Amino acid sequence: MTTETVTTRTMTMVAAINDALDIALARDPDVCIFGEDVGVMGGVFRATDGLQRKHGVERVFDTPLAEAGIVGMGIGMGLAGLKPVAEIQFAGFLYPALDQILSHLGRYRHRTRSRYHLPMVIRAPYGGGVHTPEQHADSPEAILAHTPGVKVVIPSTPSDAKGLLLAAIDDPDPVFFFESIKMYRSLKEDVQTGHYTLPIGKARIVKPGDDVTVICYGGMVEVCQKAAEAAAQAGIGVEVIDLRTLVPLDLGTILASVEKTGRVVIVTEAPRTAGFHSEISANIAEEAIEFLQAPIVRVTGFDAPYPPFTAIEDLYRPGPLRVARAIKKVMAY
Amino acid sequence: MTHHLPRPEAQEAAQAFQNAAAAYDEAAAKGDMFRILAEGGQVVRPELLPAAETRLHLYRQMRRARQFDERGWVLYRQGRLGVFPPFGGMEASQCGTAAALTKDDWLFPTYRDTGAALTLGLPIARTLAYWRTSPHGWQMPKDLKVLPFYIPIATQYPQAVGAALAERRRGTKNVAMAFIGDGGSSEGDFHEALNFAGALNAPCVFILQNNGWAISVPTRTQTKATNLSHRALGYGIPGVRVDGNDVLATWHVTREAVERARRGEGPTLIETVTYRVKPHTVADDPTRYRTDEDTAGWDEKDPLLRLQQHLLAEGILTEQSDAALQQEVAEEFEAALAEADSYPDPQPAEILEHVFAEPTPQLVRQRAELLEEV
Ligand SMILES: Cc1ncc(C[n+]2csc(CCOP(=O)(O)OP(=O)(O)O)c2C)c(N)n1
Repeated sequence: MTTETVTTRTMTMVAAINDALDIALARDPDVCIFGEDVGVMGGVFRATDGLQRKHGVERVFDTPLAEAGIVGMGIGMGLAGLKPVAEIQFAGFLYPALDQILSHLGRYRHRTRSRYHLPMVIRAPYGGGVHTPEQHADSPEAILAHTPGVKVVIPSTPSDAKGLLLAAIDDPDPVFFFESIKMYRSLKEDVQTGHYTLPIGKARIVKPGDDVTVICYGGMVEVCQKAAEAAAQAGIGVEVIDLRTLVPLDLGTILASVEKTGRVVIVTEAPRTAGFHSEISANIAEEAIEFLQAPIVRVTGFDAPYPPFTAIEDLYRPGPLRVARAIKKVMAY
Repeated sequence: MTHHLPRPEAQEAAQAFQNAAAAYDEAAAKGDMFRILAEGGQVVRPELLPAAETRLHLYRQMRRARQFDERGWVLYRQGRLGVFPPFGGMEASQCGTAAALTKDDWLFPTYRDTGAALTLGLPIARTLAYWRTSPHGWQMPKDLKVLPFYIPIATQYPQAVGAALAERRRGTKNVAMAFIGDGGSSEGDFHEALNFAGALNAPCVFILQNNGWAISVPTRTQTKATNLSHRALGYGIPGVRVDGNDVLATWHVTREAVERARRGEGPTLIETVTYRVKPHTVADDPTRYRTDEDTAGWDEKDPLLRLQQHLLAEGILTEQSDAALQQEVAEEFEAALAEADSYPDPQPAEILEHVFAEPTPQLVRQRAELLEEV
């Protein structure tokens, strides 16, 4: 047996993303990175730090301040054979680009019968929990998930972020890659050095359990883990599932867990109405209602814009306590 | 404590515009920007000097803005103000332009335009509350048509066109003024707005503050254009490039544009050439993207200093009256701070309020859930 030594390095999520981008640029000359402030400054979160210096201004560059321009230009680059990796500075500012995304990015393969396809990645920091000003904490993933033809990936750990981002860059189709701002620096772990990928469309069981299935992704994974720990103290076995990708959705992992536990809590920080949590809920109702021993409970943000009110912001974004209450509720049914 | 300047009579305004238009053309022909007061307080266009009272008014407005900016830094460090974008050095660009409005006009400010909002009359206490991330900062006085600071870039430009058209439809002479940065002028919304305003002859005044930077991106990376006022040309509307650190020039040019709009002559784009001397926000580290040389010289171009030198030289201000004015402005600020401190803490349910006139059944339920949890 040959022993391949896997080397690792301790990284935050933002460092792991930087590492993935660095590797992608080095591996494939077609990869280009662009967006607002990604060049000289290395991004407002430093995700592209040092990449322009290392790989040159032709491949890592600042664009004018215009999201529709960024995505539209990326579409053209992708059509012509490059692998564009665009950054939208905050997910709450991708709205000016929605025309390019909804009208084109998601439709190109379909409307050219696969003559053209768009191997584009759009990275966007999303979500709350770090006291940002207005519109800097939006979670618009459901809008993208509702757009045919684009994939939606949301990692929750440094290792996942790196492997999934490298997979997204390899993917022949457009991938939206949402990065939880709260998670960028909140935890560190040993991340494999060099190139590796994780499959897009495969959920991760963060923690197995027999009593309740808690489904989450991105910034909510850490929150749900804490709630699961608290539940464990009370003797409740919580299975935490990190979806990792919303499109494609790993329904198999979800259904297998629901079959086992019969109780479901779904957690996101996006507004309640028409959120992705509702989609998961509907899928479970369609495919596994006979296993349910309690109504599904959603823990979400509210049907109001994300509040930039530092003093009460935390009431909007679900915390471990709210998740724990939901767990108790499905257990008590 | 905001005094508004009287509106000029129509005839007087028309004459002033004639004079000014000639002056802009002359400056533009030389490839220059329009100015009245040069560095060191030198008057370069004596025939366009506004009345002493107006000059003093503009000085006071700039002092009030500077006071906010300077105290804001200290308050931020003390944890008494949230992250805010400083605008020190840009007072002439903000106060001179906003001073051309009356309370009946509209103001669409970006996050960096605290100086403009204060000049129109937004109470300091409310402004502090806004940057404290308090809902009290979203409560705009009923007698002002100023919108909360716009965070997404450029989106307010088309809205200003709409507000301007609504005023015209109602038969008023009121105008709408919108601000944007050099970076923001790359967005599609900016161009759509200019085109709409021209095509529909909207009574709009567009202020484009060219402060050299969009976070880390210098204007030369933002665009190949070297004169952003030229952007107006493509839309058939007048564009003026003005020294954004000369408050007499920004005020003069803007007042002409406002009066033109009032007379039904349509929109104007004004590029104020200034500099963001300070970081993008109080939490930003500009040493990552710009050198000291990039910023060198701009402190000497300080708009307050320039007007102060002029006013002292002219005897409109004395050392003594200047000190008294600054003292007054400082006291006004501290009183406003005490008022902001007295605003009650936000209540949990506030995050769900004001979504609709009537909360939806879903919101009613979510409110109950929220209150149960706290
Ligand atoms: C639509 C949108 N995209 C991105 C941002 C993030 N952002 C905030 S300020 C800024 C730079 C703005 O530069 P400029 O328009 O020149 O105005 P300045 O900050 O210099 O006053 C950026 C990119 C935003 N607020 N809105």
